[in-house]
Amino acid sequence: MADRAGDDDKTRRVVFVTVGTTSFDALVKAVDSPTVKQELFTEGYTHLLIQMGRGSYVPTKSEGGSSLAVDYFTFSSSIADHLNSASLVISHAGSGSIFETLRLGKPLIVTVNEDLMDNHQSELAEELADQKHLYCARPQTLHQTVADMDLNSLVPYSPGDATPVTKLINRFLGFPDD
Amino acid sequence: MMEKGHGCSFSGIVSTSTFSCTIVVVTLILVRILYVILWGPRPFSRRATKPLSTLIVLGSGGHTAEMLNLLVVLQKDRFTPRFYIAAATDNMSLQKAQLLENNLTAKNGTRVPNTAQFMQIYRSREVGQSYVTSIWTTLIAMIHALWLMIKIRPQVILCNGPGTCIPICAIAFLFKVLGIRWSSIFYVESIARVRRLSLSGLLLYKFRMADQLFVQWPQLQRKYPRATYVGRLM
Repeated sequence: MADRAGDDDKTRRVVFVTVGTTSFDALVKAVDSPTVKQELFTEGYTHLLIQMGRGSYVPTKSEGGSSLAVDYFTFSSSIADHLNSASLVISHAGSGSIFETLRLGKPLIVTVNEDLMDNHQSELAEELADQKHLYCARPQTLHQTVADMDLNSLVPYSPGDATPVTKLINRFLGFPDD
Repeated sequence: MMEKGHGCSFSGIVSTSTFSCTIVVVTLILVRILYVILWGPRPFSRRATKPLSTLIVLGSGGHTAEMLNLLVVLQKDRFTPRFYIAAATDNMSLQKAQLLENNLTAKNGTRVPNTAQFMQIYRSREVGQSYVTSIWTTLIAMIHALWLMIKIRPQVILCNGPGTCIPICAIAFLFKVLGIRWSSIFYVESIARVRRLSLSGLLLYKFRMADQLFVQWPQLQRKYPRATYVGRLM
């Protein structure tokens, strides 16, 4: 049994879905759909863990085995741990989730919420997708993205640097450059 | 009849003089506003020697993360004391700033209350709130911001959106026009804005309230030439 559990850990490939602090039912519904679950299982993923936030759509739990194991929760203080143990992250388009995932070097599919009033969020996801740091999808095209993605073609993201800004602020105010 | 006529001409003189007074005052205010707009964005010619009191407006979530990245590399001995303001509905941002300040204290041995203060402000607009109701909430936020600004009167303001920073910047601009306090306003547009400025960024850009407006994408700088491209903060 102990051996089996060890095997489980090795073959365990988790897809972590996160909607952030609000709700994004369209995304939860999309990942819970038979087509997306089937695609993920075909790609070799074994577990689907969904952080559903304040959403009202509740996914169906599943034990897995011959199909994808599905589990969910609303909020957690240890999102970082979930991101860390994931093999693939599917997230909303909030910049917090995007950069936290990219910093951990995890493959990421960002799903844009088209119901938001001020939908600027797609700008960042599309730009980073153009630079091949992640994949960008809509809830209704998620299954296509999962089927077509090639994780080896993703380019690792190098973190930014705030020193140029501080240099300009210092210079403006008359502080000497160090 | 005599008295009436006399009264008439007297009020005539009064109204002419109030009229010309108004003209003079309005002209003076306009000249002052122009001065603030045109001279504000010029770098200081004198060398700064003393530390400057700094107000840091924390947005929320991603905005706060970007601001903290900036603060980590900012020379804290030059920007002191520091006043942190966050929306009353946002508990996380001040906690994160407090953590940063505590780490600094542990390193330098100074006490946090001497170098940093933390305050909350009413938010002018919540995510998803309609633009009509946000007129009233903005008004309340303005009054609260005025009270805080009278207390703080910062020399430097660092902000990066969203709406929380607009009342603060508007009052800072007013203080500059009235000669109450000359503060330098720096606005860093969020990394989430790739093609267009946010509403806050656009207001500060159009009304020239920010002395320097930084953007994190080159295509955004090309669209708004008075902005400065600084690369990614995240």
